[in-house]
Amino acid sequence: MNKLKFALPAAVMLAAGASANAAQLEISVQNLTHGIHFTPLIIAAHPGDVYMYQTGEAASAALQAMAEGGDISMLEAALDGMPVLSNPAGGLLAPGASTTPMMLDTGEMTYLSLTGMLLPTNDGFVGLDRWMIPSEPGTYTVYLKGYDAGTEANDEIINGGGMSGVPGIPVAPGGDGGTGASGVTSTELNTTVHIHPGVLGDFDPAGGVSDLDPSAHRWLNPVAKLTVTVQ
Amino acid sequence: MNKQSLFKLATPLLAIAVISGCSDDDDDEEIVIEPLMRSYEVQVVNLTPNQPLSPVAALVHDSTIQAWMLGSPAIVPLEVMAEGGDNSQLLAIEGLWASASGAGVIMPGASETMMLEFEDSVDLNLTLATMLVNTNDAFTGLNSWSIDQLAVGDSWSATTNVYDAGTEANSETAATIPGPAAGGEGYAEARDDVDRVYVHAGVISADDGLTDSALSFSHRFDNPAMKITITRIE
Repeated sequence: MNKLKFALPAAVMLAAGASANAAQLEISVQNLTHGIHFTPLIIAAHPGDVYMYQTGEAASAALQAMAEGGDISMLEAALDGMPVLSNPAGGLLAPGASTTPMMLDTGEMTYLSLTGMLLPTNDGFVGLDRWMIPSEPGTYTVYLKGYDAGTEANDEIINGGGMSGVPGIPVAPGGDGGTGASGVTSTELNTTVHIHPGVLGDFDPAGGVSDLDPSAHRWLNPVAKLTVTVQ
Repeated sequence: MNKQSLFKLATPLLAIAVISGCSDDDDDEEIVIEPLMRSYEVQVVNLTPNQPLSPVAALVHDSTIQAWMLGSPAIVPLEVMAEGGDNSQLLAIEGLWASASGAGVIMPGASETMMLEFEDSVDLNLTLATMLVNTNDAFTGLNSWSIDQLAVGDSWSATTNVYDAGTEANSETAATIPGPAAGGEGYAEARDDVDRVYVHAGVISADDGLTDSALSFSHRFDNPAMKITITRIE
C-alpha cells in the first residue's frame, strides 16, 4: 500500500526490452476546467506492470503526497530510472492553459501515465493510468478524468493543510476561496482511488460548510486534454 | 420522434460541365459529367434529462476551419449559438464546403436524423453544434471530425461532452436563460465570463443553493449529453 508496485526489478525490465522500438513523444497537457489549477504534473513512461495509481486500490504514500499536497518528489523517486517529464508547466497549470510541448524519449517503455493535483481540492487529482503508447506515428488526443485519492475526507476547508494525513486544502490559487467553513464531512467513504464526485461548495465566503465556491470550483469530466505526437 | 432534413450543397461548383462539339460540325455532341456526390446520415440523440437542444448546425469544411478551440475565445458565431440557440451565423461561416440546419429543437430523449449530401472533395470534416437551451452558454457537438475516415456503408458513433462558450457568466437567472425554464435573453454582446471555451462545470440550480437561479435539479446534466451516429451512404 505504501509503494509503487514493481513486479520486476528495473534492471531486468531495461534489459528485457532491448529489441522493442524506442519512441520519441512530444507531449502537452491542457487544463480544461473552469477554475481548478493543476499542481506540478508528473508524466512517466514505464512497463505495463508499473503504475502510479489504480482505481479500486488504495493509494501509495507517493500518490497520497501528490494528491493531498502537490508534492511529486516521492513519485519521482519511485520512478527513478524511467523516462519522466517532471513539472512541465514549471509550476501551476492554470485553467485553460497548456504546457509547452516537450519531448520524452520513452526508450523501451510501452505505457504512459500522468498525475497532478487538482487545486483547490482535498485529494483530487488528474490522472492517466497506463495508456499504451501507440507504435504508429501520429498525433493522439486523450481526455483525462479527475480522481479522488481516497486518502482524505473532502471537508473543503482551506487551511493550508497539504501534508499527507493533514485534513484540509492547501490553498485556492485563484484567490477565490473562502474562510471559516465548518467542513462538509470528516469521513471518506471510499478509501481506494475512485472517480472524484466533484465539490459541493457554498455561497458563504466567510462561513458555511465549505470554503469552495460552486460557481468557481466545480467541474465535470474531462478535466484535461493530453496531446501526444508519436514521431 | 424523428425528423428528417435535407442537406444541400451550399457551394455551387461546376455541377454539370457541358462540352459542345466543334463549330465546323453540325452534329452537336453533348457530354454531361455528373459530379461525384457524397451523402451521409447523421443521427443525434439528446441524452439530457431536461435540456432541449437548439437546432443543430451541421458544417462541412476543410481542416483550416475550427468552430471552436478549447482554451481559446469563442468566435462570435459560436457565441451567438451558445447563448441563444441561433445557428445562422455558424451556418454562414466563410469558406464552408457545405452547411445545413437541423429541422428544429430536439427534446430530451428525442432524436433527429439529417441527410447530408454534397459534392465530393478532399479533406472533408464535419462539425456539429447545438445549445443546451436551459443554460447561459452551454453547447455540445462534434469538432471537425474527418469524415474521410468512413467508407461507404460504414458507421461511426460517439458521445459528446458539454462545453461552456466562456462568453456569458453562469448566473442562471431567468433574465439570461433563453430556454423554456426561463424565457430570458439569448445572445448578448458583452462577454462577462472567462472568455475561453472550456468543459462545462454543470449547472448549480436553485435546489442546490443558487437562490437566483431559474433552474431546478432537473436541469442538471453530466457528460456525455448527446449521442451521434454517422453513416456514409454514398
